[in-house]
Amino acid sequence: MTPFRTLTSGIVPLDRSNIDTDQIIPKQFLKRIERTGYGEFLFFDWRRIQEGPQSGQPDPAFILNDPRYQGAEVLVTGKNFGCGSSREHAAWALSDYGFRCVIAPSFADIFFSNAGKNGIVLVRLPEEQVHALLEHAAADPTYQVTISLEAQTVTDARGFSAHFDIDPFRKYCLLEGLDDIGLTLRHENELDAFEQRHNRQFWVAPRPAAIAR
Amino acid sequence: MPHKPQTLFEKVWDAHIVAAPVGEPALLYIDLHLIHEVTSPQAFDGLRMTGRKFRRPDRAIATVDHNVPTTANRIIIEDAIASKQIETLRRNCKDFGIELYDVNAPEQGIVHVIGPEQGFTKPGMTIVCGDSHTSTHGAFGALAFGIGTSEVEHVMATQCLQQGRPKTFRISVEGELPPAVGAKDVALGIIGRIGTDGATGYVIEYAGSAVRSLSMEGRMTVCNMSIEAGARAGMIAPDEKTFAYLQGRPQSPKGAAWDEAIAHWRALVSDEGAVFDRELVIPAGELAPFVTWGTSPGMVAPVTDTVPDPSHVENETDRRSLERALEYMDLKAGAAIEQIDIDRVFIGSCTNSRIEDLRAAAKVVHGYNVSTHVRAMVVPGSQQVKAQAEREGLDRIFRDAGFEWREPGCSMCLGMNPDILQPGERCASTSNRNFEGRQGRGGRTHLVSPMMAAAAAITGHFTDVRNWEFKPQPELVGAD
Repeated sequence: MTPFRTLTSGIVPLDRSNIDTDQIIPKQFLKRIERTGYGEFLFFDWRRIQEGPQSGQPDPAFILNDPRYQGAEVLVTGKNFGCGSSREHAAWALSDYGFRCVIAPSFADIFFSNAGKNGIVLVRLPEEQVHALLEHAAADPTYQVTISLEAQTVTDARGFSAHFDIDPFRKYCLLEGLDDIGLTLRHENELDAFEQRHNRQFWVAPRPAAIAR
Repeated sequence: MPHKPQTLFEKVWDAHIVAAPVGEPALLYIDLHLIHEVTSPQAFDGLRMTGRKFRRPDRAIATVDHNVPTTANRIIIEDAIASKQIETLRRNCKDFGIELYDVNAPEQGIVHVIGPEQGFTKPGMTIVCGDSHTSTHGAFGALAFGIGTSEVEHVMATQCLQQGRPKTFRISVEGELPPAVGAKDVALGIIGRIGTDGATGYVIEYAGSAVRSLSMEGRMTVCNMSIEAGARAGMIAPDEKTFAYLQGRPQSPKGAAWDEAIAHWRALVSDEGAVFDRELVIPAGELAPFVTWGTSPGMVAPVTDTVPDPSHVENETDRRSLERALEYMDLKAGAAIEQIDIDRVFIGSCTNSRIEDLRAAAKVVHGYNVSTHVRAMVVPGSQQVKAQAEREGLDRIFRDAGFEWREPGCSMCLGMNPDILQPGERCASTSNRNFEGRQGRGGRTHLVSPMMAAAAAITGHFTDVRNWEFKPQPELVGAD
């Protein structure tokens, strides 16, 4: 996982609330067995014209197809981003496309966890501040913000400054780009001891046979 | 010192804490890991790349459900990418020693149907799966939740998860459910009330006399939809109904072990005086047969209602989302829901594909024919459900009326297999998500209960099942 310290980047403003993971990455791409290459399928249906003779062509009205916003690494969007399916493919698609940070008033739980495992920084800001960022970026595609994970701030050159909260452990993992499994295995002795006791609790074992271990 | 009263969630949580390092999330032990073809291949690959072992294969089971066709001859899967994914699961299960219920196994089915059906799911367990509807298993008083693929790999390697402790939210539905109002309506009613992010960060405990009155299958339907309210999980305290359901299942304890197990499970209730972070009481009498009209499960109304007017919504982003939803659904504000015509009906999914769901739908269907402009299908949740329904003659009722009777799987709930809506088609569906394109690009999904889906199939539009004229019912053969 790539460590995240600070990022100065343009913004893609996507002013919709309750964006679910089915929109972020539609089902047909979940059949792949790879972890990479999902970026081109990000917001697949929204990026394409759905009806008429041009069906399937890129939809110029969708913000991701606007050349002025190409290369922006920050997505700003409405509340409850990432709701619905647990598919981590949504985080893989955002990351593979080039987004390193998403700013929204709130995020769904499973997506929140998945994003963290892939080094994407999720920033929760109050609705008014998100709204201000959406307006700045919509009015000016060259508008940039700086996200400092260390200082937990989002700032711009015009004087916008917002502080965001983040769980200290999550912050540490993102800053260092740490592997979760490695972190957990530091506790292997405790795990072994717990498991020995827990194995005897057959009433929470999946199979009666598991008791005998 | 008197023991501090605990919630059901706290009891299960505390019993599974392996380590609680200061300043870090707790390490939570996982009792049961359910695996399916879609969210596991990258996790197995991760184990191979790092040379890590699968720590407890005996605490995992796998099945194929998301991708599999539901047509009779499905051993050969024509979709090459889907076929490769299923083949990959077979190889992974073989390599790592995981029991797999493959497409032709008598136990095969939707992972959240077969877990309880086989008795793997038990009260007091922690259960995870790379699927958000893992919340279903909470109906047994288990702490069950969906995880992403990195966490799937984490559980494979360590049998633990790093978890921040969620908050607790008790939702009590009190009183008697009105006639023809069932578990699905309880779930939709709650989501309509609190919104799709209403329980984000919480584990819900469903309580109250209306919840207690539900069967185990009804409770699974309610817990299944917890994620649609944003909840980490949903739970219901086990009781005599739970124990009756579990007794004699293939993976349930037997003999003296059964008695001992029950004694432990009986303690799994929220203590008198236990404090929840949030509480909500909903009078059961306020619930009705619901129909979603938008592109999020919270966009829901009683069948006798009308499509709401976005201009009444103050928040600009919300209003735009609502306008966009109506545009996508091709509905006008103020339209009567009962006058919305449908093209397709889907009875199935981990929400509503169990035997009682099929019985309820068949009761409505019996003696009628599917409307000439509707294509309707029933997809049983598992091979066991399918066989039981066939013993009871439910398949005949559906087939005689013009329904397609399919093989088990997730099917048109998410349309990863060939069962999809065509652009513009409108579907009455017993599934759990009405997101844009969920059932097929451009498809329009309305979530309803099995009885409401059945009624809509017959009349061709949404119909208040409270006024349904039931034809004299046949005697069910082979019913439990």
